[in-house]
Amino acid sequence: MAAQPTLYEAPESVLTESNVQLDITIEQLKKLVSPRAFTGETMLLNMGPQHPSTHGVLRLLLELDGETIISCIPDIGFLHTGIEKTHEGKTYSKGIPLTDRTDYLAPLSNNMAYVGCVEKLLDLEIPLRAQYIRVILLELTRMNSHLVWLATHALDIGAMSVFLYCMREREMILDVFELVAGARMMTSYFRVGGLWRDIPAGFAELVQKVLDIFPQRLMEYEKLLKDNPMWKERTVGIGVISKEDAIAYGMTGPSLRGSGVNYDVRKAYPYNSYDHFEFSVPVGSNGDVYDRYRCRMEEFHQSLKIIEQAMKRLPAGPVMVDNRKVAPPPKHEIAYSMESLIHHFKLWTEGFSVPEGEAYFAVESGKGEFGCYISANGGPKPRRVHFRAPSFYNLQALPKISRGCLIADMVAIIGSIDIVLGEVDR
Amino acid sequence: MPVVDSSALDLTRITGNLGDAIAQVVTAHGETTLITTRERVIDVLAYLRDGEQFEMLTDETCVDYYPKEPRFAIVYQLNSLSRRLRVRVKVFLTEYDKSIPTATDIYPSANWAEREIYDLFGVIFEGHPDLRRIVLPAGYEGHPLLKEVPVTVEEVAFSFNRRRIDADKPYARE
Repeated sequence: MAAQPTLYEAPESVLTESNVQLDITIEQLKKLVSPRAFTGETMLLNMGPQHPSTHGVLRLLLELDGETIISCIPDIGFLHTGIEKTHEGKTYSKGIPLTDRTDYLAPLSNNMAYVGCVEKLLDLEIPLRAQYIRVILLELTRMNSHLVWLATHALDIGAMSVFLYCMREREMILDVFELVAGARMMTSYFRVGGLWRDIPAGFAELVQKVLDIFPQRLMEYEKLLKDNPMWKERTVGIGVISKEDAIAYGMTGPSLRGSGVNYDVRKAYPYNSYDHFEFSVPVGSNGDVYDRYRCRMEEFHQSLKIIEQAMKRLPAGPVMVDNRKVAPPPKHEIAYSMESLIHHFKLWTEGFSVPEGEAYFAVESGKGEFGCYISANGGPKPRRVHFRAPSFYNLQALPKISRGCLIADMVAIIGSIDIVLGEVDR
Repeated sequence: MPVVDSSALDLTRITGNLGDAIAQVVTAHGETTLITTRERVIDVLAYLRDGEQFEMLTDETCVDYYPKEPRFAIVYQLNSLSRRLRVRVKVFLTEYDKSIPTATDIYPSANWAEREIYDLFGVIFEGHPDLRRIVLPAGYEGHPLLKEVPVTVEEVAFSFNRRRIDADKPYARE
């Protein structure tokens, strides 16, 4: 009698190196997913990189038991452009436009971290007027960054009208950037030693317009979401991370403050005369998606408060240091002064030299602590420039936050930690 | 520019408790750098976290000091949220032995940072739970942030050199 043919022979492992598509060996994969994934009991699902709610090109490999997330493996690097390497071939002032491209939603915060670090290495004292203008623009940048966050976060969860409102208000802020810098997104307005130029006429009116309109617009957003039962259903108690874990994973910004840690670089290590202004740091308590949302919404009010104070007390004076070895001479001086002509020529061909040393300078960007570490070799080009991107560290906590959540909540969690892949991959 | 005041950092206590683990203390631009060795770096980090309340590893990166020797430095930026203090810990590595124990057991945030250093510099972190490339594709050869990798700038093409530039490009022709 012939042997009965077996209908189905269970393979030893349903996962192979080719069907995971993570460029990973099976040995390495065993550390990242549970053993049940190898028997086919749980499912590996690919999310991204081309997925609208991953906010760019983030790829996640999710291990699912039904709809529950067992483990999550982020796969980043799709937007890696080698910004840090490119810096090594640029003079210090030519590096500023590159920083715009890291977190492209908050270009001025990145400019600030970079020029702040170079100024620290040069021991420069920046004129007060330049510092105040920087503060105004940094707070507008934070609002800009938060508006895009609110727009996309709400859209991900299904509140479409918020998206349109936020983009409308963002135009007002981009108009201010366009006026001062000539560009709406890639501003490069802050220079080593101060600002590119003084604020043009019409700046005060545009900022005043933002200050006048914003409070009522914020009330509109709050009406749409704050006590909306559907919004709360999707956010309260979802994606909880404890205080200790958030610190251990290096989370900063509203994502850390949502867990109840009062840490803000503007308060802890004041830069740019932030200590001249009165503002408070909103802190959450539960560490869930809703608290992180509340923190950012409250920050809008604080930003408006800072801008109002800075506009009222904006001092007169220069916006650039008078150190001609760093700052370019004014145009009218070049016409009659030989020294100015030489300085101008040297600055735009060779660039200024920064004494050998290293420094770390951090600013509070919309996403968290954006730091810049520069190792200078004494010449006009840096030895090493490194950006401490807040999204990079916040995203690192995603597997921890999302464990045990439903797959539909993943979208809410990614939105709530507010990542920008441009700065994650750099 | 106001500099962060790190005078509250009790250096005598730190060097007293760590003994010969601290090879050198450098203070510049209001920042303190503790230089230690590869063998003792885990002790130093553990002490700074538990004994001096540096709860957060803000950042970890690597610098290539070529042509100086020792060539590489691993740089840890520590932050104390409760004491509002920063300190930097630095370890020098030679070109021929680019390996260092991982800090992930002390600071989980070092995980991706160390993967990035491995990816871009080729430094091996002993005991790292998941040491593989992070920003570059797995098939990539070499480590682009090393100084021997040139910062290439493509020549600007004009009509007189367009053909020569095109001939050097690595794409298929018939």
